[in-house]
Amino acid sequence: MMNYQVMNSSVDADLTVEELLWLYERMARIRAFETKVQTLFKRGTLPGFVHLYVGEEAVAVGACSVLERTDRITSTHRGHGHLIAKGADVSRMMAELLGRATGYCKGKGGSMHIVDYSLGILGANGIVGGGLPIATGAGLADHVLGRSHVTVCFFGDGAANQGVLLESLNLSAVWGLPVIYVCENNHYTEWMRTEDITAGGIAERALPFGVPGIKVDGNDVLAVRAAARDAVDRARAGGGPTLIEAETYRQLAHNEGEEVFSGPYRPNAEIESWTKRDPIVAFRARLRDQAGVEEATLERIDEQERELIEAALRFANESQMPDAADALRDLYVEEPA
Amino acid sequence: MTSAPVTEPLTSETYFTNAIAAALAEAMDEDETVMVLGEDVELSTIGCTKGLVERFGRNRVRNSPISEATVVGSCVGAAATGLRPVMDLMFSSFFYVAMDQVANQAARLRYMSGGQVSLPLVYFAGSGPSGSAAAQHSENPHPMLMQVAGLKVVFPSTPADAKGLLLASIRDPNPVVYLLDLMLAGTKGPVSNEPYAIPLGVGEVKRPGGDVTVVAIASTVPQALAVAEELQASDGISVEVIDPRTLVPFDWQLVFESVRRTGRLVVVDPARRTCGAAAEITARVTESCWGALKSVPRRVTWEDVPIPFSPALELAVIVRPELIRDAVRASTAEAS
Repeated sequence: MMNYQVMNSSVDADLTVEELLWLYERMARIRAFETKVQTLFKRGTLPGFVHLYVGEEAVAVGACSVLERTDRITSTHRGHGHLIAKGADVSRMMAELLGRATGYCKGKGGSMHIVDYSLGILGANGIVGGGLPIATGAGLADHVLGRSHVTVCFFGDGAANQGVLLESLNLSAVWGLPVIYVCENNHYTEWMRTEDITAGGIAERALPFGVPGIKVDGNDVLAVRAAARDAVDRARAGGGPTLIEAETYRQLAHNEGEEVFSGPYRPNAEIESWTKRDPIVAFRARLRDQAGVEEATLERIDEQERELIEAALRFANESQMPDAADALRDLYVEEPA
Repeated sequence: MTSAPVTEPLTSETYFTNAIAAALAEAMDEDETVMVLGEDVELSTIGCTKGLVERFGRNRVRNSPISEATVVGSCVGAAATGLRPVMDLMFSSFFYVAMDQVANQAARLRYMSGGQVSLPLVYFAGSGPSGSAAAQHSENPHPMLMQVAGLKVVFPSTPADAKGLLLASIRDPNPVVYLLDLMLAGTKGPVSNEPYAIPLGVGEVKRPGGDVTVVAIASTVPQALAVAEELQASDGISVEVIDPRTLVPFDWQLVFESVRRTGRLVVVDPARRTCGAAAEITARVTESCWGALKSVPRRVTWEDVPIPFSPALELAVIVRPELIRDAVRASTAEAS
């Protein structure tokens, strides 16, 4: 098949130990954040509902590791990992999850709507596939204005069945827009097995548009990074969009608390086999065995990230709830009469 | 023999669509981040984008595929990252195809992000019945769009207003829906040849009067003005006609002050009756001007059905001048 390839796992020879440890640190930060959020949910201290990213960390970190600060991402309802990978402040994220005035969105957005425009984070998004046209538009602006930025659009296997994916691939292809569409195929669309409701493959959906479709092991941060590197380089050079399908697995619920209505819907053996392929555990092993990183170094990073998240939680807890009057602000740039 | 010096006229009689094309060109001239995209904007079926591609090139004037959801959404991403896109949806009925991106994205992202982003974009569309276009090309979706929260909604009634309001819409840092009433597309009026902006949220008294306030929207404004002249002559009724020009933001004070003076209100809205703009206007006036009202506020609207095809049927469900006349007469006949 033209343009279609499966990227194999490979250690990028150009990466220094510091760069490798940066990848590890970001994945550990996401894991620590999500683990803490899960605890908060179970305690009943978190308003609303949350979709956690545990098990998928390698996708966000691998893709964002090749981006500049001025590059952009659009994210999903399961977005905490993308935001942390792009450099978001975990204290303001935690404050937002707890509905505080110091949160990224002053408590107006919550888990599914965190934004940091200064970091090029154009937003998590509560609508499945909602970020696809927005990322395409950011690519359009770069193209019209002649900038060399790129935009990475994260979306899920569920969103692959939204019409806007095909529309966005078409538009990006005809206009040669610098957008990298990264599908995190975690095999479940809410509580449905995606393969039961999806015809054909996802990476293959790029091919009729003449867009490269790349399939990559989404639990291998270096493989994701290598695929993203190629796609980003191509986009910056004016080569247009790429679709990357990263195969991964969400180890936790679609949304926390699902067990009260979902019952078991995934085979235990499936969950166990993917948990054995945990992206952080796998990368730790490689850092030890192939890069000579000491176990103590990794434990120190784990501890440092857990402390960072504890500090974030303290910041959030010590922050004020928003003023009720603030609910009527921020709708328009100039408030209408 | 010497000829008089040739000077450009200050105003000229201008078609509605040409006034819009002039505003687009002025906006693209004054700000190079303004771009126009949409279905057939190069060809320009009704003329609003005519000549733009020749003048500004294909980088800033782009024919887009018929992918309303993605093109509408791409304006959000583009506006968030430095462009001021103006998208032509051709027919406002097509907003329904793109409503996730209109309501969940364009209208929400500033608020949901706690004010971190501004989205300077304009969704432009021909709107309303244009003569046997039937139910999927005749919609006036302004009531639905007013209800979304986060969109400004502009619906002009004269070529002069159309030009000034479009320049203001493009300069506005918020998402704006700008509707061109297709019944007005072929009408003419005096338009200044200079660039000018009319602020959003400022209505205009199109005809002063003392007996009854008629608030009319888009193509019902000229209808109301004609009825006002007729009733002045036949019944001696002095009708004040107000055009709000923009529905969000809405110039409530202009309407309230008029109704407090006249004591009577008729709202003419080219849209279905249920939860229409007329419903909101009559409710707000009732809340704010109750003590001044001498008669029941009345509404002249479409029937609550889709727009049918046959000319005989279409005319039976939309606003007609005689309905406005009957409502004004009933309003003024009712004792206080």
